[in-house]
Amino acid sequence: MRDALRPEAPFPAAARTALADATLRANLRRATSTIRRRRDQVVGEVEDWDRLRAQAAAIKDHTLRHLDRYLAQLEAAVAERGGQVHWARDAAEARDVVADLVVGAGARRVLKVKSLTTEEIGLNDVLAERGVEAVESDLAELIVQLGGDRPSHIVVPAIHKNRFEIRDLFARAMGLPDLAPEPTALAEAARLYLRERFLAMTVGISGANFLVADTGAVAVVESEGNGRMCLTLPHTLITVAGIDKVVPTFEDLGVFLRLLARSATGERMNPYTTVFSGVVPGDGPQAFHLVLVDNGRTRALADPLGRTALRCIRCAACLNVCPVYERVGGHAYGSVYPGPIGAVLTPQLRPDDEHARTLPYASTLCGACADVCPVGIPIPRLLVHLRSVAVRADEASGRLGARLAPERLMLRALGRAFAQPRQFERLQALARVMRPLGGRQGRRLPGLGGWTRSRALPTAPRRSFRRWWREEHR
Amino acid sequence: MSVDAKGRSGKARDEVLARIRAALSAAAPVPPPPPLPPPPAPPDLLERFARRVADYRARVTRAAGEVEVARAIAACLGREGGGRYAVPPSLPSSWLKAPAGTEFVVDRGLGPSDLARLAGSVTGCALAVAETGTIVLDGGPGQGRRAMTLVPDHLVCVVFERQIVADMPQAAAALADAMRTGPRALTWISGPSATSDIELNRVEGVHGPRRLDVVLVAGGPEDAGGRGEGRAPQPPPPSGPD
Repeated sequence: MRDALRPEAPFPAAARTALADATLRANLRRATSTIRRRRDQVVGEVEDWDRLRAQAAAIKDHTLRHLDRYLAQLEAAVAERGGQVHWARDAAEARDVVADLVVGAGARRVLKVKSLTTEEIGLNDVLAERGVEAVESDLAELIVQLGGDRPSHIVVPAIHKNRFEIRDLFARAMGLPDLAPEPTALAEAARLYLRERFLAMTVGISGANFLVADTGAVAVVESEGNGRMCLTLPHTLITVAGIDKVVPTFEDLGVFLRLLARSATGERMNPYTTVFSGVVPGDGPQAFHLVLVDNGRTRALADPLGRTALRCIRCAACLNVCPVYERVGGHAYGSVYPGPIGAVLTPQLRPDDEHARTLPYASTLCGACADVCPVGIPIPRLLVHLRSVAVRADEASGRLGARLAPERLMLRALGRAFAQPRQFERLQALARVMRPLGGRQGRRLPGLGGWTRSRALPTAPRRSFRRWWREEHR
Repeated sequence: MSVDAKGRSGKARDEVLARIRAALSAAAPVPPPPPLPPPPAPPDLLERFARRVADYRARVTRAAGEVEVARAIAACLGREGGGRYAVPPSLPSSWLKAPAGTEFVVDRGLGPSDLARLAGSVTGCALAVAETGTIVLDGGPGQGRRAMTLVPDHLVCVVFERQIVADMPQAAAALADAMRTGPRALTWISGPSATSDIELNRVEGVHGPRRLDVVLVAGGPEDAGGRGEGRAPQPPPPSGPD
């Protein structure tokens, strides 16, 4: 089964394919500029925004440092309230646990509310193998599912499609040849398509935005009401969540609820948030299972800087401001987590993956992501850190090609030269000899194609600073 | 759950916790941050809440006191053309004066298909949040089950001035004690159901109620009197009017 955290190609190759798609770039530009404008407006309303973000970061850092304690507390609180907690070390174990629960409940069809974690573990594929149909209820997930597509954004999975593409898809899949390409008409079509399915379903599967240790509460943030349908109407509910989703107290939840919607969709608050704990007699599902998933998160936790990426609350604000994401879209990252946060999460969740190691380079290091992050993840620092991790891993692999790569040899030689004045001056002399090569773009140097294809080689000055100094201060 | 599955999950639990401890073995303790001081209360919670609710294209109907609630609810129902409305068993009967063409159906476990045939539902709330125009239902008296306020297309919700808090952290703090006592389900509602999934255009009305009416009542519920005029319902009347 395909691992949703392992890109099928290195980022530069995937990006080239994506850049060739003019419709995609137009769709992304329109959508990301809309959402950026809305976010800026509602974030600007909150006077103490920076204090709020610092608070959220501090809560997350504390939680992550004592994650074992909070997960145990969460487990006990859920059990006390009639729920059952399951644990999964990796994706395969997680999807088996969920599939066993679904089959055990006798369901042939399950209702799903948008969940990145279930995408991450490849749940729908294993359900299909076991004869269970998974019905995606989020409008964007429905668009993705009906189109046999993959999500390309954390919050708006079908951001890469415009209204005309969605109209054509719905017209075909729902048998509505006269459907108008208007968002209102398309939303209405989805409502009618899903309505009967909502009312008849016995098992629901959801993700979680937050888990609250002291109350066993699960928070699911959504807009359409499909989440409430899924969390309320079925008899059995299975929630799948990463171990990084926990916060200590119910009071802490208030801090994150104040940050999330403004950062994610540019609304003061999303239309619906469901917060429930265990099984409430006579109200909603009467059987509740919570599946806690590691799947690489503990590896990220081991890295003191890397673990800051686990603060992430999946708002996708960093995607919407990223000049790289805006041009290539989510699919180019090849992971269920795209954009800047994906570029720092994916290689940590899959450190052995060669393609994932190319993701930290998918950035100009402009820093816009860090400015908007509601939990203050230092994404640019992480990108640089993970580049060095990638280089070291490459070196440690012992491959001859890796050791003799021109870039590495050049940097090693530079390192030596910079340490000794004599060598340094010799290098400057060499640069002066090479002056005729400089100044123009498109002169590729052998073995340094990646560096010289899009950059002009700088022209060395006729006289170096050191020589000028010596001559002036004789 | 089978013995095998239980054994597998138990092993997984121990291993995940062991991995966490190993990952953090060299990390210094990180204390929890002290809670943020509450921001100064905005001068008029009621007006701010009303404005923010209206921004979501929900309709706000004012009532000068609890005696006017029945009239305000009837007006909301009348505007929608009446029909059958679900109400929780514990809704104060003084709120319910059905105008012509309207009937109230007490929800004693109506199934999803029964609910789908109704025109709407009427409910109280646990508290409301001024900054975001959010209403919180907690399943307490006057509110009923979650399905009742979800499936029918029109929701009428009664909010008392004294139930309004300033922001999300204050709302969470007010609800925390009740959450710590046992299983509970909260629904936080900010406007009618909506989506922004198509080109980031907001469309109101998808799967949840497509129309939201808020009856905003000055003061507090009559039987919750004596709380004083203080503007800090901490905790708020957790169960709404009864």
